[in-house]
Amino acid sequence: MIEVKHIFKSFEGQQVLKDVTTTFEPGKTNLIIGQSGSGKTVLMKCCIGLHTIDKGEITFDGRVFSNLDEKKRKHIRQEMGVLFQGGALFDSYSVEENVMFPLNMFTNMSTAEKKKRVDYVLDHVNLPGANNKFPGELSGGMIKRVAIARAIVLIPKYLFADEPNSGLDPKTAEVIDRLLSDLTQEFKMTTVINTHDMNSVLQIGQRINYVHKGELWWTGTNKDILTTNNAELNEFVFSTELTRRLKK
Amino acid sequence: MQLVKESGEFVLLMLETVRRPDKWKMFRHQLIIDIQHLGTDSIGLVAFISVFTGAIIALQVSYNLDNPLIPSSMVGYMTREMMILEFAPTIISLILAGKVGSLIASEIGTMRVTEQIDALRVMGINPPNYLILPKMVAAMIYFPILIVFSMLLGLFGGWVAGVFSGLVPSDDFILGLRSWFNPFSITYALIKTVVFAIIITSISGFMGYTVKGGSVEVGQNSTKAVVYSSILIIVWDLILTQLLLV
Repeated sequence: MIEVKHIFKSFEGQQVLKDVTTTFEPGKTNLIIGQSGSGKTVLMKCCIGLHTIDKGEITFDGRVFSNLDEKKRKHIRQEMGVLFQGGALFDSYSVEENVMFPLNMFTNMSTAEKKKRVDYVLDHVNLPGANNKFPGELSGGMIKRVAIARAIVLIPKYLFADEPNSGLDPKTAEVIDRLLSDLTQEFKMTTVINTHDMNSVLQIGQRINYVHKGELWWTGTNKDILTTNNAELNEFVFSTELTRRLKK
Repeated sequence: MQLVKESGEFVLLMLETVRRPDKWKMFRHQLIIDIQHLGTDSIGLVAFISVFTGAIIALQVSYNLDNPLIPSSMVGYMTREMMILEFAPTIISLILAGKVGSLIASEIGTMRVTEQIDALRVMGINPPNYLILPKMVAAMIYFPILIVFSMLLGLFGGWVAGVFSGLVPSDDFILGLRSWFNPFSITYALIKTVVFAIIITSISGFMGYTVKGGSVEVGQNSTKAVVYSSILIIVWDLILTQLLLV
């Protein structure tokens, strides 16, 4: 379980996160939703240690992460998999080399073992045989799937995904959602997904955190979200005519 | 104020860079790739510039020493001194600052704006150590080789230009090359080269690593990398000459 306790974060005097407290539960797809500029990406970057928080505490299964220096964070980092918005694949490496990278850095596995693990995860993300392709040869959806394969190759305890559906067509977006949800169940990971895609929210949102103007405004499930009376959340979720009609 | 801030950031980045690599096997792998990119791929350019520089020096010296009291072997002597002391280490380093410096800054800068550096960080890898240190070591190993190569080709170019233009007999040029040779000149040139290699890779690495924004900023920082490296090369050329030769 990841616990976020009373965290504050500001940039050049502008308060971006204000007293955010929440938990991300294991074996569940935990979503962070909110409008652009609401602070959801900052919240995720604080959780993975790319931003230093001003105040508060972030713990991973009881281990305080936020106050540690880079050297001491290393152990917890190796239990994390992160999927970045653009995939962040290494351009000069092939798919196999990208996915194998964490294994090369952090394990003493033999080449055969590493290759077997790479094939295993590529198979899981429905990309068998893509080993020798380069990122420049892949479509947006394939890049996301390779990035997921790299994120899970060490079988992490915690998986973070920053807007995994951005730039994808609805069908591919659904495939990525389903994949993240299935992997969460299979590997019993604590998955945190940052999104503003309402399809994702309704399909895989087992625990949803709505961030509004830097504050945690609402938490609940994808069932609760349809019946909530929270005005700001309703305005965000049912912002289009179509969704308003569907609610009725 | 901005200069002080950037200097502080540069020092902090270098402290993070110059550390024991996380995994030696990966460091060696990256080092070989960087030797290829930064060194071997520059051989053609260095060869071309060196031959022509040597030839031009020989012709200019011949033109300026057109006096029956000055032996023609001085053309070989002066070509050697100018190539070894200044043209090979400094001019070739300035050329490499343009070629290699912009390559490093744009490569690392692109990695920064596409979140590849963040990806390394969250994996628990020290990105400057993984990305910049192999480039520094590769340049420190390979640039001196390139400079010795440049010296030899420059002298060859001078000989070709002097002899085939009919300005200096071959024997006289070779006699000049062998006269009053001080081996410390080579040591001096190589010390300068190693310092310049550190300047080029560290400044370019810093400029790439600190890119904020998108492709426009990557281009701007690549240009800054070349400009700052060139200025520092010239400044350090003066300092090292004062310290080592005078």
